[in-house]
Amino acid sequence: MKPIGTIIEVNGPVVEARIREGVGLLEQVWVGEMRLAGEVIALKHDEATLQVYEETSGLRAGEPLFGSGELLSLTLGPGLIGSVFDGVQRRLEVIKTEQGIYIQRGATTEALPERGWRFSPSVEPGCHLHSGALLGVVSETPLIEHRILVPPSISGTLIDLVEEGEYQLNDRIALVRAEDGQEHVLGLTHRWPVRQERPHSGRLEPGPPLVTGQRILDTFFPLSKGGTAALPGPFGAGKTVLQHALVKWSNAEVIVYVGCGERGNEMANVLEELPELTDPWSGRPLMERTILVANTSNMPVAAREASIYTGITLAEYYRDQGYHVALMADSTSRWAEALREIAGRLEEMPAEEGYPAYLPSRLAAFYERAGRVRTLAGEEGAITIIGAVSPPGGDFTEPVTQHTQRFTRAFWALDRSLAGARHYPAINWQTSYSFYSEVVAPWWQQETQNDWLALRAEAASILEQDARLQQLVRLVGAEALPDRQRWVLEVARLLKEGFLQQNALHLIDAYCVPERQVYLLKLFVRLFELGRELLEAGIPLLRVRQALDLPRLLRLKEAVSNEQSAEIGTLQLELEARFKALEPTGEEG
Amino acid sequence: MREYEKADRIEGPLVFFEGYGDAAYGELVEVHFDGGVRLGQILLTGERLAVVELWGDSAGLKPSDLRVRFLGEPMRLGVSTEMLGRIFDGLGRPKDGLPPPLAEARMDVHGAPLNPSVRAYPQDLIQTGISAIDGMNTLVRGQKLPIFSGSGLPHNELAAQIALQARIAGEGESFAVIFAALGVSHDTATFFQERFAASGLLSRTALFLNLADDAPMERLVTPRIALTLAEFLAFERNFHVLVLLTDMTNYAEALRELSTRRGEVPGRKGYPGYLYTDLASMYERCGRVQERAGSLTQIPVLTMPGDDITHPVPDLSGYITEGQIVLSRELNRAGVYPPVDVLPSLSRLMKDGIGGDRTRSDHPAVAAQLYASYARVQEVRALAVIIGETALSETDRAYLDFGQRFERELISQQVDEFRSVDETLDLAWQVLSRLPAGELTRLSEDEVKRFYLGRLDHGGRYG
Ligand SMILES: Nc1ncnc2c1ncn2[C@@H]1O[C@H](COP(=O)(O)OP(=O)(O)OP(=O)(O)O)[C@@H](O)[C@H]1O
Ligand SMILES: [Mg+2]
Repeated sequence: MKPIGTIIEVNGPVVEARIREGVGLLEQVWVGEMRLAGEVIALKHDEATLQVYEETSGLRAGEPLFGSGELLSLTLGPGLIGSVFDGVQRRLEVIKTEQGIYIQRGATTEALPERGWRFSPSVEPGCHLHSGALLGVVSETPLIEHRILVPPSISGTLIDLVEEGEYQLNDRIALVRAEDGQEHVLGLTHRWPVRQERPHSGRLEPGPPLVTGQRILDTFFPLSKGGTAALPGPFGAGKTVLQHALVKWSNAEVIVYVGCGERGNEMANVLEELPELTDPWSGRPLMERTILVANTSNMPVAAREASIYTGITLAEYYRDQGYHVALMADSTSRWAEALREIAGRLEEMPAEEGYPAYLPSRLAAFYERAGRVRTLAGEEGAITIIGAVSPPGGDFTEPVTQHTQRFTRAFWALDRSLAGARHYPAINWQTSYSFYSEVVAPWWQQETQNDWLALRAEAASILEQDARLQQLVRLVGAEALPDRQRWVLEVARLLKEGFLQQNALHLIDAYCVPERQVYLLKLFVRLFELGRELLEAGIPLLRVRQALDLPRLLRLKEAVSNEQSAEIGTLQLELEARFKALEPTGEEG
Repeated sequence: MREYEKADRIEGPLVFFEGYGDAAYGELVEVHFDGGVRLGQILLTGERLAVVELWGDSAGLKPSDLRVRFLGEPMRLGVSTEMLGRIFDGLGRPKDGLPPPLAEARMDVHGAPLNPSVRAYPQDLIQTGISAIDGMNTLVRGQKLPIFSGSGLPHNELAAQIALQARIAGEGESFAVIFAALGVSHDTATFFQERFAASGLLSRTALFLNLADDAPMERLVTPRIALTLAEFLAFERNFHVLVLLTDMTNYAEALRELSTRRGEVPGRKGYPGYLYTDLASMYERCGRVQERAGSLTQIPVLTMPGDDITHPVPDLSGYITEGQIVLSRELNRAGVYPPVDVLPSLSRLMKDGIGGDRTRSDHPAVAAQLYASYARVQEVRALAVIIGETALSETDRAYLDFGQRFERELISQQVDEFRSVDETLDLAWQVLSRLPAGELTRLSEDEVKRFYLGRLDHGGRYG
């Protein structure tokens, strides 16, 4: 490697260098004798500003700078699934064997494990291949058939393609001659710059729901495949637990989990749990569909900024293969703060709360990379993004929450007081919303053979009446209210504790299939109606309550498993009969 | 040895050497002046500029009198097991009149991030004998669990009680306490020393003292020094180490001062935007490592200015730590010790540390029920203020009774009282039995049948 310049100033992760040879904006560079990984973030005359992805202590003016000739890029190919990367695609497993328990500087690891893959071609030499077309497949995990595609920047006639067999990552797989006569050798992998969105051939409307198995989300604030959701909440409110639940239970085909500036122990938790848990949809270990990107809060701050882009680029790569990918980013606030920190060192003019003026456009561009698309290969693929937001002081009016809310279409607001009372998930059902309810409704109607929209509307209305009544209750107590209103409170409690609350750690209830969700909801809504009719007919509340047997219903969700869902239907018949028996005519007869 | 004469400017803790171009970023320096020397580190280095962050007082220093020696590496601490039983100043120099201990290794005080994939997820319970903690916010080996307090509240008593009572090490395993004082008074430091001495803990304790009258900038180094020793003992020498850091608010104020001097864009309440990252670089030095026996557990103590939990110091700490123990002025006034406000308190690692094979099978559900019922107590109390206790329903009155007993009988205990988890859970059932059984829906019917004591006349209420 030949130096292209000299360091002239070191200010934490921000380094200034004088450039002798051409270097491009956003080019990946190696900084100093230690060859620390970095990126060019500003260029002015012969001076370049670099952000460095590793701790810079020991670096001094006069040390050399080396260029790489390419933008900060990832290596994309088989072997990504099941990996744990740092923010710039270094494999933490490899760093562990090479460096021991701490992450030292200057680590270089191959992005993908070196091993052979069995490749089966899908096309014949002689055919014309457009960019993104399918060349062949590799079985990456029992869950993921890895589709080897022509890189997006290349198209032409297929001159040569290997036969089925085992190949190393660097082996030549195909030769493509472009229109201009240039020949491209293709292998099982290619490189792609993280900050550049991968192309597709058009956007599609958001699709069927991303089923999460979390009742409050699926039923009240659903997310559609290809959609975006913001998950803001103060510390300890349950953002990470909820995202982990989605990693485990949601019906995405590939999961990319970006731990951005959060806890090491949380990554350890995922790493210990995922290989042992099986996907409810396929019965396979969850690690076989998951990629982890970990930049914990004590890892270098500039790599935190990059980790988000690393994550979304990995997601796009699998989307392009026709998969539905869900990306969890925990937490996007740490990414925004990394931007702020770098901007501060550059002495850029701060806008709101010290964040640079380009914060909203960066957030918008990130969420814009979600969506359901027609891939270049003509398949359907999608990326769903769920971004956790950690507002200072839990105040949702701060810039990151505000702008994220603008660019996402589902808003799952976590609430400190619900979390304090251990009402989990602590999603506030009054301030949360989703624009996808109508979009996913046909799927639910079809899947569960119920008038899903009407059912949830009725449940929502009970919760809304309850919210209004609670204000009265706080002033006069529940006892002072008329029976009809107390009945609303009673059933609302059932909905809140028996439906909305869901313990992510519970053996039976951690995950709730759509069928069980609808059974429970139908039961509670039906009992509400029957009870109301009885009260109208003059039956005293006490007797209706007795028939209801609240403690039993509150425990129902944790007593009846997904497989036993239909038992809830049986119970409903039983309770309906009990309610009917209270009817005045019944009593006389 | 590289040296340079004459500084150009001194601004608070910052010393500017214009014209010097060979300093390494983060390098340790000695700044000599007539009659003394101070340590510091390089905060910014350029072709013709070295900016030093001075640890120690800069009052009275004259730029032209200064001579700086560059030590060629970041600050390192000579660490050894012998440091247990010793007292050091905030920069790790002996303060007890004894010679410096022989170093077994010299480690960079800034540490390096633990590779997330070598961490072992913490799940071994540490019994503290304190009901509010063991019952509802259990501490686990390798956890960072701060105490959020206010000035005048008994956080020191609680921190000391935890350190003294913690059953952190199993048989044949070693246990060590590392105590770092950050800008606290002599009285506070003495209080801890005496408590440790009285219980014979001092020989297993290393104290690093940066007191209120020591230089604030030194405070930025003290916790890192303490954690460097802690990492060595935990991960190289298989100790179970408990680190007490008090008071992190003083630390953050020192950082704010430095940031202001550097002319950085201030964030909330004037604290720098990187306070989160800075705090994390200490709090994350904690945990367990696969295939190594030791563990590093942290109990940072911080006082919330104005008792405000949304203040940047508790707020950002809460975003990094694995829960928090929040103390309440109201409970303290009511004579409850420890005055733990359980609702905003949380232990995130509790879920894996308790239950059947670890404590008792009913533990998770009992804790959940206590939380839910105590949350209801708050609502009932608010209502009682408006409509009067007598107008409350029978059930609501039961909640008031439960709330009283919960605070007085379960949360309250003596400063030297050790309650086993079993005792705590039995006590919890006694208190819960003040409520109608029909209210205990976080517990399974089986659990209620097994543990609910008497008062079944109310239990039948809902049939
Ligand atoms: N759905 C849930 N079921 C059971 N417990 C939960 C649930 N959600 C949250 N909790 C409890 O709340 C604790 C805190 O949750 P979590 O770590 O997800 O908070 P967070 O919002 O990510 O906080 P931070 O911003 O500090 O990372 C968990 O450790 C767990 O005890
Ligand atoms: Mg979290």
